[in-house]
Amino acid sequence: MAVTTMAKALNAGLRKALERDDKVLLMGEDIGKLGGVFRVTDGLQKDFGEARVIDSPLAESGIMGTAVGLAMAGYRPVVEIQFDGFVYPAFDQIVSQIAKHRARSGGRTPMPVTIRLPFGGGIGAVEHHSESPEAYFAHTAGLRVVSPSNPMDAYVMIQQAIACDDPVVFLEPKRRYWDKADVDDTVDISSAPSLFGARVVRPGTSATVACYGPMVRTCLEAALAGEADGLDLEVIDLRSVSPLDIPTVAASVRKTGRLVIVHEASVFLGVGAELAARITEECFYSLEAPVLRVGGYHTPYPPSRLEEEYLPDLDRVLDAVDRALAY
Amino acid sequence: MTADGGPELVQLLTPEGERVHHPDYDVDLTPDELRGLYRDLVLVRRVDAEATALQRQGELGLWAQLLGQEAAQVGSGRALRPTDMAFPTYREHGVAWTRDVDPLQLLGLFRGVTNGGWDPHEHNFALYTIVIGDQCLHAVGYAMGVQRDGTDDAVIVYFGDGATSQGDVNESFVFASVYNAPVVFFCQNNQWAISEPLERQTRIPLYKRAHGFGFPGVRVDGNDVLAVLAVTKAALQNAREGNGPTLIEAFTYRMGAHTTSDDPSRYRVAADLEAWKLKDPIERLKVYLARNGHADHAFFDAVEAESEALAVRLREGCRSMPDPDPTALFDHVYAEPHPLVDEEREQFVRYHASFAGGEH
Repeated sequence: MAVTTMAKALNAGLRKALERDDKVLLMGEDIGKLGGVFRVTDGLQKDFGEARVIDSPLAESGIMGTAVGLAMAGYRPVVEIQFDGFVYPAFDQIVSQIAKHRARSGGRTPMPVTIRLPFGGGIGAVEHHSESPEAYFAHTAGLRVVSPSNPMDAYVMIQQAIACDDPVVFLEPKRRYWDKADVDDTVDISSAPSLFGARVVRPGTSATVACYGPMVRTCLEAALAGEADGLDLEVIDLRSVSPLDIPTVAASVRKTGRLVIVHEASVFLGVGAELAARITEECFYSLEAPVLRVGGYHTPYPPSRLEEEYLPDLDRVLDAVDRALAY
Repeated sequence: MTADGGPELVQLLTPEGERVHHPDYDVDLTPDELRGLYRDLVLVRRVDAEATALQRQGELGLWAQLLGQEAAQVGSGRALRPTDMAFPTYREHGVAWTRDVDPLQLLGLFRGVTNGGWDPHEHNFALYTIVIGDQCLHAVGYAMGVQRDGTDDAVIVYFGDGATSQGDVNESFVFASVYNAPVVFFCQNNQWAISEPLERQTRIPLYKRAHGFGFPGVRVDGNDVLAVLAVTKAALQNAREGNGPTLIEAFTYRMGAHTTSDDPSRYRVAADLEAWKLKDPIERLKVYLARNGHADHAFFDAVEAESEALAVRLREGCRSMPDPDPTALFDHVYAEPHPLVDEEREQFVRYHASFAGGEH
């Protein structure tokens, strides 16, 4: 497929999933003729029909609740919530129904629902279009929460999420939709690495930087900039925030002795808090410094003219690395 | 809103047990089928009474009573074909009965040994849903699946008058309408949402809301098992034939409390209860059966004996119901292996094993 954007890679992954399993259905607002507001579903309704690529009424809870019924009827719904900030009307159906259904039914009724959620800031959007709600979902047993950081992962991970018999909240870093990279579309998901495993995307020795989704590029750029200061950062793309791949992060921290966790979501009770607690528990005697976190503040997501102040950037990542190294 | 349901109320059997006719709805049942409905009503009421007693004895944490709503549930449940799918609230013990769910499995839920209890696919009866109205969307989604499967099955979903205020219920009306889904919305208007009367939920009769969503609504005497059966069968048939959803408002009354934790004496008057006692769903069918020679004393005695035997079985079955194994709390959370759950299960087992042999 060669060099392509994350949005197009997701489109190709969705197409593969629709081809592979005729129980796969796509549903969401404006995903049909329009191809979604980010064009991720572009052309899919034309090729797979209105019964499989379904333009839904404008009601997020309705989308999520009907997905439950479709899953009970043996389908594999892939639902799109148009923006992160619009997922909350569907929150009840996600946490009270989708997440619990398998356990309540004694394993008889799986909920293979994929919830596609463009998330995160950095695109100069209006209110409710830039949020990072992953901790809400990661806190809920029964859900899995993942986020690709690059086009190749996006292509593979969306197919893996759809094939998974558990509900997966699939967070798409919307500001990386237009990032381009080489995508090998001959890769089969059966031989791909686990959807829930982290990956060391840049080996290093000075400190470990763990991140996911939109922050992976930011952290790689920070690592590159840090080279000039003699830093050799190891960057880990978590890929999955529930479950967390603790062994991969722990192995890195045992080597570097320092961990900085970066996400756009606010730091308080965020994914970084859990990872910091776990790494402190696992790597207590290897740590040379407390685990530090870089993320959003405990404020509502700001108006876009201020978002650069809110979002972690290269400098804030390196500042945290410096503080960790100062111990 | 008229307390008696008004002239639009579909009725085939009056509270006095007189068979009447309606221009649009009818049933033609054999004496055997009529006796079967009577038996259902009596046994379902007995399940409810025994469960209430078991709660009072501390065997159940809670029970949601259906007293007074037997005809609405049995009539609609018996209108279903085995392959149709039903989505209940937490009070559909009578529908569960018609779907061959063992009442002991209902008791298990309220005893706290499970959050589910039965196989939804085996009975085509979804698990009880406690968050008000959520199941209406599930039913519509299931019906969308039926449409894609190309079968002529239909789906029915139960909810109450209070639920009609919920966003999810209204969204389910929209989805069902625009997709023309084969679903029947069965609203048991029992006049009370815990302590709040119908007037707190609506200014128009509930069945009329359907019109605004673009599908038919009908109000049926919810204490008349024949009328409920007829109206539900017609609505299901309509769905099967591709004509989309129907809203049925079964006009009834919650004779008991909301649940065993509730105290209706704080918010409603005894006179209402007395008035509704005269519309009892079982009594009217009994009168009709006896007066028309469809059933004799021996039959009524046999049902009574069966009811007694059922009560004994429920009491014994409930009291001897084992608690689940503690490690079961980690079961079925995920379909595929999950490192955190696996790790926590191991810790849990290790922690408990640490007491083995000790004095604790």
